[in-house]
Parts: sequence; C-alpha cells; structure tokens
Amino acid sequence: MKTVSPPAGVEGPGFFATSLDQIIGTARANSLWPLPFATSCCGIEFMATMASHYDLGRFGAERLSFSPRQADVLMVMGTIAKKMAPVVKQVYEQMAEPRWVMAVGACASSGGIFDTYSVLQGIDEIVPVDVYVPGCPPRPEQILEGFIQIQELAKNESLRRRNSEEYKQLLAKYQIA
Amino acid sequence: MAKIPNSVLIEKLQSKFPLAIYGTDEASDMLNVVADPTYNVEILQYLFHEPSLKFQFLTALCGIHYPGTEKELGVICHLHSLETNTRMRLKFFLPVQNPVIRTAISVFMTANWMERETYDFYGIIFEGHPNLKRILNVDEMEAFPMRKEFPLEDPNRLDKQDKYFGR
Repeated sequence: MKTVSPPAGVEGPGFFATSLDQIIGTARANSLWPLPFATSCCGIEFMATMASHYDLGRFGAERLSFSPRQADVLMVMGTIAKKMAPVVKQVYEQMAEPRWVMAVGACASSGGIFDTYSVLQGIDEIVPVDVYVPGCPPRPEQILEGFIQIQELAKNESLRRRNSEEYKQLLAKYQIA
Repeated sequence: MAKIPNSVLIEKLQSKFPLAIYGTDEASDMLNVVADPTYNVEILQYLFHEPSLKFQFLTALCGIHYPGTEKELGVICHLHSLETNTRMRLKFFLPVQNPVIRTAISVFMTANWMERETYDFYGIIFEGHPNLKRILNVDEMEAFPMRKEFPLEDPNRLDKQDKYFGR
C-alpha cells in the first residue's frame, strides 16, 4: 500500500531536513476538509465518492466540514441558480485562508445544459475556481482526480499565496475583500 | 355526486353574466370559458358560492402569452368543484400595454403566491394584491422571462458564440 511520500529533503540516521513550506504543504494536502455544496446529481456522485467503495477518506478528506469556517475546499456540485449565487459567495467569503474551490460537473463549471435566464453560467462568475471537473455528472474517479489536483495545489503553492499581488487582484476582480 | 354537465355550467354562467362571458369551448378534458377580465372576481365568487356549483378549489392560476394578437396576455384559472369532481378553466385576456386585473385573493387565499408568480414571469399586475413582488426570479431581473420577446438563453454564456459553430 502506498502511503504519503515525504517531501524532498536530506535524510540521515535519526534526522530528516526539508523546508518548512514543504512540510506544511504536505500536511495541508493530506488533511483537507471539504465543504460539500451539493445541489443535484453531481452531489449523488459525491455521496458515492465519500462512501466505502471509492472512499475520499483515503486522501485525507475523511472529515467533511459543514461549517465554512473550518473548511479548506469548497466543492460546488450541481446547478447553481442565480438566486442561489449570493449564498455560494457568502459561503466562500466565510471560509478562512487557505481556501480552494472545486467546480464539479458541467453545471457548476459552465451552466451545463441549463443555458437559461435563471441559472448561473458557471460559478466562476461569482467566486474564483481552482479546479474544474468535467462530466454530467462526473464519475467518482473524476471527482477523486479533481481532488488530487487540489492536493497538488496545496502541496506546491506558496504558503503566502494570499499575500501575492496576483491573488489580491483576483479577489478584487470578484469584489471579495 | 355526478359531474356537472358542461351545458349546465355554460347556461348558468351565461344567464348570470350575459355580457361578461365571451366564449366557451368544450375541450376533451374540461370546459374552457373566456370571460371579461373586469368581472373576474365576481365570476369566481359566483362559482365559489353558488350551492349547485361550489368551485371552491383553485388548482392553478397562471399566465400565457400570445404575441401579436390584440389581447396578448392571459390569466388562466383552473377551478375544481370537489363534491362533484368537476373541473373547468377560466381565461381572461388582457392588452399588453396595460395588463391589469383584480386580485383573486378575496375569493381564494391560495391565489397570493400564484399571482406573484404570474407577475414575476409575465408582468401582469394584480390590483389589490398585498405583496406583488417577484417570487422565483432574482429581484434585480428587469424582464418578464416568459414573455416571448425576452431571450431564453443567458447572455453571459461564452461558449455559444456563432464563430465557434462556423456561422
């Protein structure tokens, strides 16, 4: 069985040296708490993803957080109507840094088949998205792959991502303070 | 109790409201009656209280849009007389420049949300409604989306531009 591999570093008898960035990145990546925002069939696929057969717990996401304050990953799964857009935005604003967003399925990514006046054409109209998972609905394997991509981001991103000029500009574009 | 025959219904309505009943149509499922919108409350009240009719359940109240006709917008009430299990439709047509009709809340409390929905999607004004504001769509919406002149598709969609389809 493959366990989490340690980050690159210097190893000797009784000691291991690496950078703090990488230690924290590894720790974060393997203990992400997802906040599932499930509105339709993609949410059903997510239930399968969480259950024993696919088991998202293998990736350190055993514990779902239904409070945005403690969540690391916002997983938006399903059609978001325009009337629900302020709710999604509020949930995102309540999450603490570092935070990532995953748009699961065609609807959350682009509006999907619901090209209509009442449906948001992708959640990236209101919050920045890190990973898009295609599919209608995506299979649990695809959701897992999307989650692994989030883990890669958590491992390799600068710990001071939120202080970077680029990130500040991104949030300003969405009018999120 | 047996169903109220359509002929009896038509006769009763026409003798009570000789000028307000514009036309009737015996559709396969239930009777359609087109009537004068200025008498909508009186007609509903009569159908509700008349002991031989008792249409006391408002199944649905909705709008309809026939663009290009003289009276474009319509309000349709589906009524159900539970004792006799008789159903009927009442249709009131309104000009698009001034789509105003009185609220049916004085007869059916359940008309409240259905009238709000009809206002939300068709822009039909229900005079006397206590809370006539949008119910399903976002408050900022400027159009009445079920009217045919309003585009159904969202203008923000970026992947449906003609250039991607060689048009």
